[in-house]
Amino acid sequence: MLISVGAVTGLFVWCLIKVLTGKKNPEHLAHIEPVETKDLDRR
Amino acid sequence: MTTKQPDGWSSKLGVIMAVAGSAVGLGNFLRFPGLVADKETGGGAFLIAYFISLLIVGLPICWVEWTLGRFGGTQGFNSSPGIFHAIIKKPWGKYVGLLGFIIPVGVYFYYVVIESWCLGYAWNSFTGGLDLGKDPKAYADAFSAFTGLKADGAVLGLGAPFLFFIGVFILNFVIIYRGLSKGIEFICNWGMPLLIAIALILLVRVLTLGTPDPTKPELSVWSGLGYMWNPHDISKGLSNPAVWLKAASQIFFTLSVGFGVIITYASYLKKNDDVVLSGLTATAANEFCEVGLGGMITVPAAFAFLGASAVAGGTFALGFNVLPQVFAGMPYGHLFGGLFFTLLFIAAITSSLSMLQPGIAFLEEGLGLDRRGSVALLGLVTAVGCTLVVYFSEGLKALSTVDFWIGDIGIFLQGTILIFVFNFAFGSERGWTEAHHGADIRIPRIFKFVIRWISPTFLSVIFLMFVLKNVAGWNLSFSSPVFTPTDPILDLIGGPGHPASGVARLTAFFLLLFAAFSALMIHRAGKRWDAR
Repeated sequence: MLISVGAVTGLFVWCLIKVLTGKKNPEHLAHIEPVETKDLDRR
Repeated sequence: MTTKQPDGWSSKLGVIMAVAGSAVGLGNFLRFPGLVADKETGGGAFLIAYFISLLIVGLPICWVEWTLGRFGGTQGFNSSPGIFHAIIKKPWGKYVGLLGFIIPVGVYFYYVVIESWCLGYAWNSFTGGLDLGKDPKAYADAFSAFTGLKADGAVLGLGAPFLFFIGVFILNFVIIYRGLSKGIEFICNWGMPLLIAIALILLVRVLTLGTPDPTKPELSVWSGLGYMWNPHDISKGLSNPAVWLKAASQIFFTLSVGFGVIITYASYLKKNDDVVLSGLTATAANEFCEVGLGGMITVPAAFAFLGASAVAGGTFALGFNVLPQVFAGMPYGHLFGGLFFTLLFIAAITSSLSMLQPGIAFLEEGLGLDRRGSVALLGLVTAVGCTLVVYFSEGLKALSTVDFWIGDIGIFLQGTILIFVFNFAFGSERGWTEAHHGADIRIPRIFKFVIRWISPTFLSVIFLMFVLKNVAGWNLSFSSPVFTPTDPILDLIGGPGHPASGVARLTAFFLLLFAAFSALMIHRAGKRWDAR
């Protein structure tokens, strides 16, 4: 029980820390997607 | 002409919460504990098989689905048929994604009904309506009355069960109508932390139960934990195919892989967004809720109050018969019972919302409908399916028929298709590179081999075993195999002492009609995409 519960809890906490402290995507919010040549047709 | 603002996630944590919300469902808190506690196929052997299955099937397919989804999004597609159309680039490619539309919508037919039970039970528990004394039969009768278990059509009308169903059905569509970030993401961003907070409160309550009845010292929460988690005979368990089948199936169903949901959710990511850490985090969140919370709450509490016999009745029995009785026996039980069913409701609604989005995405991009039109059409289709499930409630026959053919067989099939498309149509080398585009962490290299060879082989074997056991009725013995048709098959074709069920046949016919209707829509969508 301790191994199973400990392992999944540890993994979850590690992942959360990585996500919350990871690189930020400055263009993520309300950004304008750069239009590439191959996307031109469908836009 | 105005340009429509494309739907999308507002934050990285938002999409992780949404995928985790999709994965965390009733199975985390009701099905998983029952499987671990099973005397024949549970214990340490089950957990070893479970974690191995997580590593060689669950996590790899999860990454595959995230990767294919994001790729499909960059090609301008958000639904499984569209994404497979973009990947396979053959006229038949779009039909490979058929199940990615049928499965989530089909599962919604019955999942939203169960979701309404959870809300109804939460309400009844908070208001004291579930305090039915110590007679187990009273709880079974209450469940039967709430679900219409005894007769078809029993819950239709202006009674509470039907009103809860209508309310929950409408609520889902109101949220989905608000869009991805204002609807699903908003609900999951609030719902998932709330779910974990409620689970932690219940966990503390359960772990401090001690010995509820001093005259029965053998029934304590600690002996309940031991009953559930003691390893038993591991080597004997691991040589039992049933253990592997149950463990792999649970991993498959709990992570929502092969559902058509993750691929759609990931398609709304941007080209440089991470999928590796996001996929791992959503998986870890689900495992934390399942093993760390679900595995510690329900079975130990039921054991402490009612003993081993109480935990052997299956998912619905544990959730809706046994646990109300357990909560009724503890101080402030109506409060804790209400919190527990609220937790189940949150787990269910974050999942049911995810079942609607693949349908919305397909109707929008395949038929060119706007959000209002796609919500209306999907609402109509699901209303027909749900009415079938709600009306034919006797013995939950319609519900179990849809669950078996769509929720079991369909998901396995779609998961197998996904991994083969990734390896052989998309290309495993290209897929590996695509997965790491913009990734915050690297996938350990061993997984390249696992995804290429181990996952498809293991999944194919497990799928074959699943079909042999649940369709052909194999007794899982290699030395003296016996094949006896199972209930879902006998319901359709009949057999000695088991007449065919008209409801099961009608439900199967409806599912075939729905599949044919979906294929027609995909055909029409294909013309639209080709013209584009």
